[in-house]
Amino acid sequence: MNQILEIIGMGLLLIGSIFLFLGGLGIFRMPDTYNRLQAGTKATTLGGMSVILSVGLLEPDWFIKTLVLVIFIALSNPISSHALARANYKRKNYPYLKGGKEYDKYREVYQKEEEETA
Amino acid sequence: MEKITSPGKFTRFVMSWLILFVVWLMFTSTLAVQEVITGLITAFLIALFTSRFFTCCDFSIFSPVKLFYIFIYFFVFLWALITANLDVARRVISPKLPINPGIVKFKTKLTSDFAKMVLANSITLTPGTLSVDIIDDTYYIHWIDVKSLDPEEVHKDIAEQFEKILLKIF
Repeated sequence: MNQILEIIGMGLLLIGSIFLFLGGLGIFRMPDTYNRLQAGTKATTLGGMSVILSVGLLEPDWFIKTLVLVIFIALSNPISSHALARANYKRKNYPYLKGGKEYDKYREVYQKEEEETA
Repeated sequence: MEKITSPGKFTRFVMSWLILFVVWLMFTSTLAVQEVITGLITAFLIALFTSRFFTCCDFSIFSPVKLFYIFIYFFVFLWALITANLDVARRVISPKLPINPGIVKFKTKLTSDFAKMVLANSITLTPGTLSVDIIDDTYYIHWIDVKSLDPEEVHKDIAEQFEKILLKIF
């Protein structure tokens, strides 16, 4: 039984580290902040979750505690990425667009303010 | 709006006490008497001060139908998370970097603030999307590979699978 848990834990550890590596590569390759956040958030969520779960499987006494940590990661990671993206837009770092300006529907929210100040 | 998002004072207090106590039990992971009593008192004190920020849900969340939909939601979410990661991995590895990014918007049918938060979190963790802002009931979503700019179709592509279940829960 212990051996099976150990094998599953090792597998999860490997999968998690692969996804964390891909997330890092994504942050390096993507053209702007929003795309980097996309790669970063998803990869760190699944990667972090499976690494923490693997710790819980390799050390069965801690399993329930690691479960709580996994839930906290799933709740807090998307919120932090949303806050970063929104703050970045407020700093007027507009996203990289391949298809031209009509691909950015969020601009209209700030357009009014800009016209008033101009 | 206020009526839906915030249950009564007493309900909020008991719910946050309960949730804090369950988290305590999971962290200590024992049922020893002194641990349980300490947990009950600590959770009571924290709930006393923080229950006014607690807007998630009332006791009806424990009805079997809602619990069933929460169970379903968990698996839908897990599947979306895994496909999202494979999708990002594919885009990152392929040498051409196949992206066509943009920010799209759509309107949601959800009314409670907590449900909107859950939907935004789920959207962030699904393939190729990242929620940038929510203004009233309009979501602004950064999409890594824009397939449509029409709000209806965006809603269908991104949000519908989660919204259907969330409408039944909240």
